[in-house]
Order: sequence, then structure tokens, then C-alpha cells
Amino acid sequence: MGVSFRIPSYLAVFANGLSAIPLPGSPATVAEALEDLWQAHPALRDRIVDEQGEVRVHINIFVGEEAIRFADGLKTAVPANAELLIVPAVSGG
Amino acid sequence: MPAVQHISAKKSDVILLVGTMKGAFVLRSNGARKKWEIGGPYSIGSPVYAMAFDQRQGRQRLWWAQQSFRWGTVLCSSDDFGKTSTEPETYSVKFPPESKLALKNIWQISLGGPSSPDTLYCGVEPSALFESHDAGITWAPVQSLLDHPHRPKWTPGGGGMCLHTILPDPVDSRRMMIAMSTGGAYRTDDGGATWQARNQGVRAEFLPDKYPEFGQCVHKIVQHPAQPQRLFLQNHWGLYRSDDAGNSWKDIATGVPSDFGFCMAIHPHEPDTVFIVPIESDAYRCTPEGKLRVYRTRNAGESWEPLTRGLPQKNALETIVRDAMATDTCDPAGIYFGTRSGKVYGSSDEGKSWQTILEGLPAVVCVRAALIGGSSASSRTKGRARNVTAAKKHPAVAKRVAKTASKKKAHAGRR
Repeated sequence: MGVSFRIPSYLAVFANGLSAIPLPGSPATVAEALEDLWQAHPALRDRIVDEQGEVRVHINIFVGEEAIRFADGLKTAVPANAELLIVPAVSGG
Repeated sequence: MPAVQHISAKKSDVILLVGTMKGAFVLRSNGARKKWEIGGPYSIGSPVYAMAFDQRQGRQRLWWAQQSFRWGTVLCSSDDFGKTSTEPETYSVKFPPESKLALKNIWQISLGGPSSPDTLYCGVEPSALFESHDAGITWAPVQSLLDHPHRPKWTPGGGGMCLHTILPDPVDSRRMMIAMSTGGAYRTDDGGATWQARNQGVRAEFLPDKYPEFGQCVHKIVQHPAQPQRLFLQNHWGLYRSDDAGNSWKDIATGVPSDFGFCMAIHPHEPDTVFIVPIESDAYRCTPEGKLRVYRTRNAGESWEPLTRGLPQKNALETIVRDAMATDTCDPAGIYFGTRSGKVYGSSDEGKSWQTILEGLPAVVCVRAALIGGSSASSRTKGRARNVTAAKKHPAVAKRVAKTASKKKAHAGRR
């Protein structure tokens, strides 16, 4: 076990078809976990964060069941063995 | 999800690119332009505000901007009319971190001028111009516009802070006109090193100073390659012509039901013929009197006539946005436009009569047309004739044309 990401099917196309992605290291924060994710699957980066490194407005990232938007943002702590969820927000029209 | 269909096109076919709020369509017809095959939708569910077709240097490359509420905006391309497409792993059009800007949308994809066959431009939101000189592989923002002293005072209109018009001068490769909402028109004469506001005579109804140096809400500018000094401008209130490359503008809103509107297209072979669709007021933004009327001038805006045959003249409360009108380069020319209500209309006789090409689409925000294997030349305006016309009217152009002609001769000799 270790820290892992679960991503939506749209993004799996850009991650060799994977929807569950285990990370090799032990990131302490969401920002570090995302850096590890970009290392493994660079195509995910532009789709999840903008040029300024901000998580796109209509994407939510959860650490377990906690939305980082309501926690400490990218500085939110990542416990050992945590699962991080990347989920499109309810949006559109 | 809808089933995706594909088209293939051959030389002398006409293709129509239709960007909607839920994806892109590619239509094909033969030269008669009566029956249309439908390809798409591509980028299903995504607004597609900008499309272009590049057939320079032997390419047949379709470009479109896929905007996603979730995943951002990415420039896509296809070399087989959409059957297979390329969505780059790393987004190619993006701001550098030091700009502190983030791309919201791509509003315009334009091809470079005749002397730059591998150049492409993107006009984006927030207002900026991106350029590629390797046929769209790599892109960079034009720094002089990012650093422009007016930038802090450019403010978004209803659609967003967008740079939506890009007109590389067909004769002078160092000159280009751009326009944004709001901000107005800007021109460079030194290859993009500096940009000057070119809005003299264009009114800004919504500002205390009605004729400021900049800040106008220009909706679209068009230019004909045979007469690059002459420009036509559809403003947020106001219809204008410039005869001096944008240095000054003259009001030409005589005989139109409203001088408000968004779209504007120029005839491919007649530099004095322009098409618009007037819209009633900036508050209402629908066709006046419930009549869908394209207005055409054939005398550079001295007078306008409504074109209605085949268009609904009752209960037609339509809105046609700034990039939802285009012409092909056939002879006679085809004119096309799409509506916010998801209809696409076309005329294969220069506006005399119209047919409904498609209906029931999502809101149409972009229409482009291309003759496969065709250039912008026709029997009426082939290259030399075009240049001669321009040269006769403008001695400065004559000098440039002579230079270009001798360069072409030398180049032909090398081949």
C-alpha cells in the first residue's frame, strides 16, 4: 500500500488507460503528490491545473473524503496510504 | 453520446466548419453547394469557438479549439477532416508562468500572411496573441502585447476579455491588425515589436468619453487581400470603414435597421462587398422585427440592401455571433452563417437566395468555409490583378508589390 490517485475515465486516456495510479514515493502534501503524478503521467498536468499551477475551477481533489478546497488547498497533508480522488465538479450547461 | 460520422473531401469540394457550444462539425459539398454531408461532432460536449483550415504547403489540416469547463482549452488538429485527430498531451497554447495569466479560451485561429506559409496565430482570452512559425507545433505569446501599457485598462465584454480578430497584412509582412473586446483595434507596423491603438472615429457608447484612444468594443474587422488599406469594422454600436489601414474610421451605417451587430464577412473577390447581420440593441441582441436579414453593401458601405430570399421573415428572433459568418472562395461566392438557435444557412449565389443547411444544432459560435485545393484567387481576382488594383490605389503598396514580384520571380527561377 501507499498513496494513490483515482482519476476519472476521461483522464485515464492520458495515463496509459489507468484509473487507479499508485505513487512510488510518500508525498507529504497534495502538491507533492501531484508532482509525483506529473512525473509518471505528464499529460495529466495541463488538464488538472492551469499555467499558474492552480487546480482548475471545475475540478475537485479529495484526500479521502476531504475536499482540499475546504482544507488547506495544495498544502493539504496527505496521510500514509491515502487515496486521492480527482473528480470533475458539477458544472457545465 | 451522438454517433460520430466522418466526411472525406476531394479537390474542388467545399467544406464548412461549424463550431458549436457542444462540439465541432465538418460539412462537405461539391461546387454546387446544394447538398451537404455532415461529419462530426468532434470534441463532443465542448464549446468550439475557433476553427480554421490550413491547406498551404500541401497540408489539409483542420484546426479547432476545444474548450472544456473542466479540463481547460486545447488546440486540436486533424489531417483527415476529423477521422483521426490530435489532442496534444501537453497543451501547446499556454501562458508562461511569469505572465501570471491562465488561458480561458481560444477565440480565433488565423493563418499567417502569404510570405509566412508555416505561420499560424491564435487570439485568446484573456486578450493575447499567440504565434507559431512551425505550422502549429510550438506556440509562444507575442510578448509586446503581454507587456502593452494599455493592458491594465482592457476590460472584458459580455463574452469575456477576448482577442478575436487577427489580420496579417497580405502585402506588408510587418503589418498586422488585431481587435479585442473591449480594448479596440491595434496595429503593428514593425513585425509585432510595438502596437498602436487604431480607433480614431470609432465610438464607445458605454464610456463617458465616446471617442477614446482605446477601450472600444470592436466585434469584428474584415479586410480584402486586394485592398489591404481598406478595412470594415462592426462595432458594439457602429459600422465603420477605414481607407487608411485603420488610422481613421468613417461611419457607414446608412440604410441598416441597426448599427449593432457581431458578424461581418467580406466577399472573396469584390473588395467593396461586405455582409453583415444587424442585431437590435445590445440589451436585446436579436434580429430586428423578427426578420432574419443579411445586409450587403456592394459599394464599400455607401448603401446597404437586405437579402432575405429563403430566410425566415416572421418570428425569427436570432442572434449571430462574431465568428459565425464566413465566405468560401468559389465563383460565385458562397456565404454562410450560423445562429445561436443552432441553424446554419448558406447561399451559393452571393446572397441572392439562401437555404437552410442544418438545424437543431447546439448554439453556433463559429463558421468557416474552404474550397479544397482552392486559393483565394478566382477568375475575377487572380494574384497579379489583385496586386495591381491595390497598387493603383496606393503608391506605397505599388512599391511593396514590385518588391514581392521580383522576389517571387527570383524564387521561381531557383525552382
